[in-house]
Amino acid sequence: MKRSWGIVLLCAALPWTATGADAPEWSATGTDNPVSAAAGADDLERAESLYALYCAQCHGSDGTGDGLNAPYMDTRPRDHTNRSEMGGRSDDELFRTIAEGGQAMNLSVMMPPWEGSLDEDEIAELVRYLRVLCCQE
Amino acid sequence: MRRSISGLYPMLLVLPALAGVGGAAAAALFPPLIGADSAAADGEVFVRQNCAGCHAVDAIDYVALGVQERLEREAPPLYYAGNKYREQWLVEWLQEPEAIHPAGYLRLEVLQSTNADDSVTNEDIVDHPALSEDEAEEAADYLMSLRPHDDLLEATGYSPAEPAMRMAMMHFRRFNACSACHRDEDGSGGVSGPELYTAGERLQPRFIASFLAEPMAWDPYSGMPSSGLNPDAVHRLADYLLMISEE
Repeated sequence: MKRSWGIVLLCAALPWTATGADAPEWSATGTDNPVSAAAGADDLERAESLYALYCAQCHGSDGTGDGLNAPYMDTRPRDHTNRSEMGGRSDDELFRTIAEGGQAMNLSVMMPPWEGSLDEDEIAELVRYLRVLCCQE
Repeated sequence: MRRSISGLYPMLLVLPALAGVGGAAAAALFPPLIGADSAAADGEVFVRQNCAGCHAVDAIDYVALGVQERLEREAPPLYYAGNKYREQWLVEWLQEPEAIHPAGYLRLEVLQSTNADDSVTNEDIVDHPALSEDEAEEAADYLMSLRPHDDLLEATGYSPAEPAMRMAMMHFRRFNACSACHRDEDGSGGVSGPELYTAGERLQPRFIASFLAEPMAWDPYSGMPSSGLNPDAVHRLADYLLMISEE
């Protein structure tokens, strides 16, 4: 990954409810994590571009899972517009799936790890963009 | 050459705006080649006048241009062509270009203008213009002189070897899921990346190894993930790609 975020990954493995000395520096439900920190319109615009380059090939330009490669894959890419499916995934799960790839999350190996291409701010922006795709009325 | 092209993936442009328009639009896109009547045309002049409209011939300022440059890029950059392509393939391909990207060179315009399933039809793909033998040789001679990344090639420490084909195929298709985006045989695999069953014909072995290991060293906004493969895994995949190109 372009920037070091070993701390982030370490924290991701910890319970969200951890407190005190064992508390992570950020949590998916907190206010200091990379996901909640990236909230501006510019960030979302950049996230849309990143999504187009890195995600749309498989997940489709509109996020419905119908990308160019989808017909040739054993496992259908996730539909990022599916509110119920996406609602069951925490921001941290999404963050880690993008960063570490599907295999690390017991999901499809077809989903590659992007931590070598994206920094943690960019991944956080993508997570926020996924929330827009799935859940914005 | 086996079938398509490649490397210059380049050239196989997908221009959705031209979908269904056909020859007239293609003719408008590619006007008569400058210097086409002059076998003595200088390679650099020829490339800059005829290729630079779609291909980056000089280094790209990735930092300043950001991801948007990649999304709007019409064809692969050529400023490191001498580190990437095999000259013989280049000369042949430029005379008889065939599609390297099954869905055309990936860019935003393609992704946003496709069908409900984001499929790209053959009509969306504009053929790369074919050069004469003299033009191809002149152009290739210049392109092969563009070698800003010799250091990256030297760093691979890669020497081709004969792989255990069955296991190598498993690594390509299943363990590393390269087939999600690439084809290792005609009709098998994803289409957003260049087909790889002719990669060994068009690409230098050490470029293949280097790009597999560090795609961002070549293109910070490559759609190819930096998967963190160890050198053995990289070499095994490179061996596989070289081997299937010989079959």
